[in-house]
Amino acid sequence: MNTFVYIDHFKGNALPASWEALGVAKTLGTVAAVIFGSGMEALAKTAFEYGADEVLLADDVSLADYRAEAFASTLSAAAASRTPDLLLFPTTTRGRELAAMAAIDLKTGVMVDVIALEAKDGKITVTRPIYAGKLLTKETCSSKPQIITLRGRAFPKPAQQAGKSGTLTKVAAVTGDFPTKVEGYAESGGGVSLTDASVIVSGGRGVSNNPALTPPGGLDEKQAEIWKAQQGFALVKDLASALNAAVGASRAAVDAGYVPYTHQVGQTGKVVSPDLYIACGISGAIQHLAGMRTSKLIVAINKDAEAPIFKLARYGVVGDMFQVVPALTAAFKKRLGK
Amino acid sequence: MKIVVCVKQVPDSAAKVVVENGKVTWGDAPLVINPWDEYAVEAALQQKEAHGGTVTAITMGGESAKDALKHALAMGADDAILISDPALSNLDTQATAQVLSAAIQKIGGVELAFFGRQAIDGDAGLVPAQTARLLDWPALTLASTIKVEGDSVRVERAIEEGRQVVTAKLPAVFSLVKDFGEPRYPSFMGIRKASRAVIPAWSLAELSISAPAAVIAWTEITNPPSREVKCDIVTGGSPEEIAEALADKILAEKVL
Repeated sequence: MNTFVYIDHFKGNALPASWEALGVAKTLGTVAAVIFGSGMEALAKTAFEYGADEVLLADDVSLADYRAEAFASTLSAAAASRTPDLLLFPTTTRGRELAAMAAIDLKTGVMVDVIALEAKDGKITVTRPIYAGKLLTKETCSSKPQIITLRGRAFPKPAQQAGKSGTLTKVAAVTGDFPTKVEGYAESGGGVSLTDASVIVSGGRGVSNNPALTPPGGLDEKQAEIWKAQQGFALVKDLASALNAAVGASRAAVDAGYVPYTHQVGQTGKVVSPDLYIACGISGAIQHLAGMRTSKLIVAINKDAEAPIFKLARYGVVGDMFQVVPALTAAFKKRLGK
Repeated sequence: MKIVVCVKQVPDSAAKVVVENGKVTWGDAPLVINPWDEYAVEAALQQKEAHGGTVTAITMGGESAKDALKHALAMGADDAILISDPALSNLDTQATAQVLSAAIQKIGGVELAFFGRQAIDGDAGLVPAQTARLLDWPALTLASTIKVEGDSVRVERAIEEGRQVVTAKLPAVFSLVKDFGEPRYPSFMGIRKASRAVIPAWSLAELSISAPAAVIAWTEITNPPSREVKCDIVTGGSPEEIAEALADKILAEKVL
């Protein structure tokens, strides 16, 4: 099988799921890594080291910033001339969007956010979660090329082999009167991204319930609650920083205004699958569990022994998170030499 | 300004969705407007408030899908259209986008088309970009702010690295993220208006298209493997003792 793998990157830094997709493609046959941007020589070299047989490189100033229309047109033109059997993308913001548009151009469909796949006689059957993982579906595509986006962290990252190289093929950027213009970028809050994180520490509604705290005077009830929640989330963030982890939150904590939405894990937030998920003061509403249930090891700290989160947790502490979480931070710092 | 918002009816996010005898069921949980689509309705209404015009909500489905349209009407949409045809079952995203783009073209003169980022049942998140591609309009997906001035628009889009600021010419397709701001609740007057609304149904013949063919097939739907693990409750004489024991157990699992 001939596969195109779209290498999603930001200013030349590839998102890790791109290499995971390359690893999957290698198991299916020959692989052309598709790289669009400006000044992409180093990234092309890295793609060979991760196993690409060929790199299709459109290196053009007009592609310096990601624009859906320009990138999709360049990609579809390359696919139309080379007729790969399969187009693989990481399920990233850009990967999902390009897959969607390329499918329209190439008159085919997309199997999105896939967590497992098998190929037989050139036809691929994928498994993907729906209803935020409450169910799994198997899908096939009856047209060609097959287009698949792979969920990050669902497939292993291949080993990088220094010095390995392959065929570099230049492709022309499709230029045209595209209707969008990129004006610039604004930073996010920083920190480790939830979907890439191998460890996540999350806080829930319970972070605002520390009875030992007295809010400063002059705050109304809601302000006092937010103040207490911020003190509680500081403990969650300390533990996360000791573990180099991302900070997550339940929808209840986000809706109550404790932390920004970018931290929300669950059906209407991010679906995550880290190696370790530590839930602090999270009871485990079904829509939260749907977003983290595939984590490898789940640890729950909650004062309510009946909380549903304990049904998914391998280890649990029934107790006061305001005492246990800082103690756990200290215990990890000691053990991890920080 | 003519504004369209595309919505979908889905089982409530709190529903316990399971497969029984090969069929997806969600017990007695209600069907609701897709939560992401409420942000799309909110964005549409804000543009109408800023620039005048009308907001038309559209959905695809059977008679019961009118409830999602009524929610949009109750929030403040001016009118609604149900696209309903026996040929419209088991569509995939590209087929859905074909129908929606045909409907947007039939409405005519639309300058802004809003979508939620994805539907919480199929979780694909492909239809907004696919509809834009079919219409040959810019796809301004995952927008958190939208500013229309004359025939151009400036949006901030949520990307992995932060936000990308993009300008484009109208007409355009937008999908919204939650950072856009909380959608409004339906007003009492809105609910009364919605309950009386007569919602026209358009068939494929009225859209002048033939039934689009799905190319993606769901061959099997299953419940995920059970994750009910036996929880080992860590105890101790003090929080410190508990934490020490828990840290050792976690490290022994070699997940760090």
